Amino acid sequence: MTPRLSAIWVYLETTPLLGLTATLLAYVFAYRIYERAHFNPLANPVAIAVAALVTLLALTGTPYKTYFEGAQFVHFLLGPATVALAIPLYDQRAKLAKLALPLLLGLSAGVATAIASAVGIAWALGASRETLLSLAPKSVTMPIAMGIAEKIGGLPSLTAVLVMFTGITGAIIARPLLNALRIQAHPTRGFAVGLAAHGIGTARAFQVSEEMGAFAGLAMGMTGLATAVIAPWLAPWLISLLR
Amino acid sequence: MLETLAALLVFQTIGEMLAFAARLPIPGPVLGMALLLAFLLLNPNAAPRWRETGVGLLRHLSLLFVPAGVGVMLHVSRLESEWLPIVVAVVVSTALAIAVAALVVHWAMRWTGHDEATPVADKKQEPKS
Repeated sequence: MTPRLSAIWVYLETTPLLGLTATLLAYVFAYRIYERAHFNPLANPVAIAVAALVTLLALTGTPYKTYFEGAQFVHFLLGPATVALAIPLYDQRAKLAKLALPLLLGLSAGVATAIASAVGIAWALGASRETLLSLAPKSVTMPIAMGIAEKIGGLPSLTAVLVMFTGITGAIIARPLLNALRIQAHPTRGFAVGLAAHGIGTARAFQVSEEMGAFAGLAMGMTGLATAVIAPWLAPWLISLLR
Repeated sequence: MLETLAALLVFQTIGEMLAFAARLPIPGPVLGMALLLAFLLLNPNAAPRWRETGVGLLRHLSLLFVPAGVGVMLHVSRLESEWLPIVVAVVVSTALAIAVAALVVHWAMRWTGHDEATPVADKKQEPKS
């Protein structure tokens, strides 16, 4: 960098403007790639945007803390967005009432499986206690998962990364897995994807059908609520049982 | 738009206050979501007014994941030393959760006589990721 450019850089680094602008630009860029890839789940926009930003921060030697001073304005919106999940849940109230019993049974079994299998497998392979607690809410949409991790003694920032990883995994494996299980009905497929792979799975489901997406969104909200209630008891109990 | 944002923040604040005061293990925004759902069920007029902004915010939910996702750079050493349990746990557990949820819903729908029930979707916009 020329001296003049680096002086501008040093100035910009002290304002929150840079982190915020970089986040939005990286996401717009990543979404374009996702569109170009015909929404192939492997070209996940969150993964691409994060990779681009990590590369940028590494190349410019910018600490995460400096970046986050700007990006926190985007991050803050996770709270109101979680509250807003009530709106699609409200819109699905008729379906919810009609299919309440099957969905509640699937929810209980799915949420228990998601928490217990993640903690159990990671424990068997020697993960640390902090990692286990951070893994417990991995299937929950990010804002709720981070809140849960904080409450149970995990690392919210690690949970955020694990949640992202889980969503991308779910979006990739859902179709072949559900085909192998011969589950054809769109409500059932959508519900399973939303439960296991939260918002990233829900976005995927919407690309298949409106109905699948609606049930995925419903499952995402219900899983968030159920895990927030269950995980603070289940995760520490599982860990104390395993140790 | 402003009214919706204000409403969302009010419900979040009430949720945070309740969680703090009652020492609940549930995150404040989740309580806020439950309270907003209850409010909408009691005041159906509020839903159409708040839907556009609320759902608009959810359409960009995946953008909101990015700042925390960049935090992966804080966990490089942990990911290096624990990559095996993390990768296996995430992949296997995600597959198990999808399979168990799908099979249980499938069987329960048959059992309750809602086999392949596909109630007509009321074309609502939903959160995109």
